Amino acid sequence: MAMMNFFEYAGRPFVGILEEFGRVMLLFLSAAVWAFRPPFRLRQVFKQMEAVGVNSLPVVLITAVSSGMVLALQSYYGFRMFGGESLVGATVALSMTREIGPVFTALMVTGRAGSAMAAEIGTMRVKEQIDALYAMSVNPVQFLVMPRVLAGMVTLPVLTVVSDFIGIVGGYFVGGQLLGINSGVFMARIYEMLDLNDIFNGLIKAVCFGLILSVVSCYKGFYTTGGAEGVGRAATQAVVISTVSIFISDFFLTAVMF
Amino acid sequence: MIRLAGVTKSFGSQRVLNALDLEIPSEEITVILGRSGSGKSVILKHIIGLMTPDSGKIYINDKDITRLNERELNEVRKQFGMLFQDAALFDSMTVGENVAFPLVEHTRLPKKEIQRIVEEKLRQVGLPGVAEKMPSELSGGMRKRAGLARAIALDPKIILFDEPITGLDPIMSDAIDDLIVNTQRQTRATCVVISHDIASTFKIAHNIAMLYEGQIIEFGSPEAIRNSSHPFIRQFIKREAPGWNAGP
Repeated sequence: MAMMNFFEYAGRPFVGILEEFGRVMLLFLSAAVWAFRPPFRLRQVFKQMEAVGVNSLPVVLITAVSSGMVLALQSYYGFRMFGGESLVGATVALSMTREIGPVFTALMVTGRAGSAMAAEIGTMRVKEQIDALYAMSVNPVQFLVMPRVLAGMVTLPVLTVVSDFIGIVGGYFVGGQLLGINSGVFMARIYEMLDLNDIFNGLIKAVCFGLILSVVSCYKGFYTTGGAEGVGRAATQAVVISTVSIFISDFFLTAVMF
Repeated sequence: MIRLAGVTKSFGSQRVLNALDLEIPSEEITVILGRSGSGKSVILKHIIGLMTPDSGKIYINDKDITRLNERELNEVRKQFGMLFQDAALFDSMTVGENVAFPLVEHTRLPKKEIQRIVEEKLRQVGLPGVAEKMPSELSGGMRKRAGLARAIALDPKIILFDEPITGLDPIMSDAIDDLIVNTQRQTRATCVVISHDIASTFKIAHNIAMLYEGQIIEFGSPEAIRNSSHPFIRQFIKREAPGWNAGP
């Protein structure tokens, strides 16, 4: 009996997590179904693509260029010890396309757009605007969630490609211009080592991350309770849960793809 | 006609509606009167299908809406207009876009015609020329008016008002009361108003339904309610506290 209680006690958080995961999936499925039913809400989709994609570009660019530069700098110090400076370019390119491009982009978009999604939808929930949508025979999942999820899945890979490129440019600038690595060698090693698949797999990751961050953020907003405090909590949780989920899924995606 | 039959609804262990029966006559203003937190808004949300009862049936024109799927329910909802407590205007749209929203969603009217209807509805609620403003630029009373303009955009047969005068000053409250009466007169719509304000209720109501402990304890004309012998109603009307605990 005591043992039973222990398992019950220890298992409760896991059951809670599993339950929540199930509800997130249900919201995602519902959004997926609504994406194929008219009206198609193209206006909302484009509006969200602007909010998630275009408006995130500056932070993504800054993050990418600085991480590319730091990567070049750090790997240069390491490789110099055994005369492998020529590998700096390939290291930067592989890290950017496989990991840093998609992951850092997703993290920045989570912080910017994910929190905004949760806060905006959460505010609509506590101010009865979601009820108003239902009352006016408009499905809020189709009107609010679907465009955001679609925008996340479409814009994340685009941002990631830009981030990959800018990161490599940053690495090239540091390696070739500041540290004096021969730029021909720098580029030749990239051509030699970087496969198109590295980029593609990175983009598949980006699509998955875009899906995760938008669904989680919309979910947190959609089920907000408790007024202004609840909206703040929803935004925080959206960022925390999205970030953790992105890291965990990154491990599994990497294990499967590379 | 709207009819609730044996509607029961609990939240957790708290039973808010307890086998509630209520018949709301067509083309009249019915006020549901009760204390704060007594479940008045819950009744309204059941009528428009935002909540489903634990048991019981809700008939809109003899159709039980608790058995409908979402598509059928949406068809029924198109007969409704609802004014929410804080108006629930969409913050990201202008007032004009808010009023136009149901028209854009559910009609194929050309843009010009929609614009004309929006201006007409805004004039009807006494808010001409605010179509370009954002909801955040409006005062509480103006937001309620704009919310009403949106609620009547599709000329609904049933209009629901969730605490239309709560949080407004007495003069604005009176103006909103007049607006409800005038709107009902013009549209011949069935109006259901949630309120806890005695003066306002006696001013606008054709019928009053008194909600107490999850049930309608009395339904009748304002005169009948005024002359009721039920101790709770007598106390409610006289605004006396003793003898009744402060409640939740």
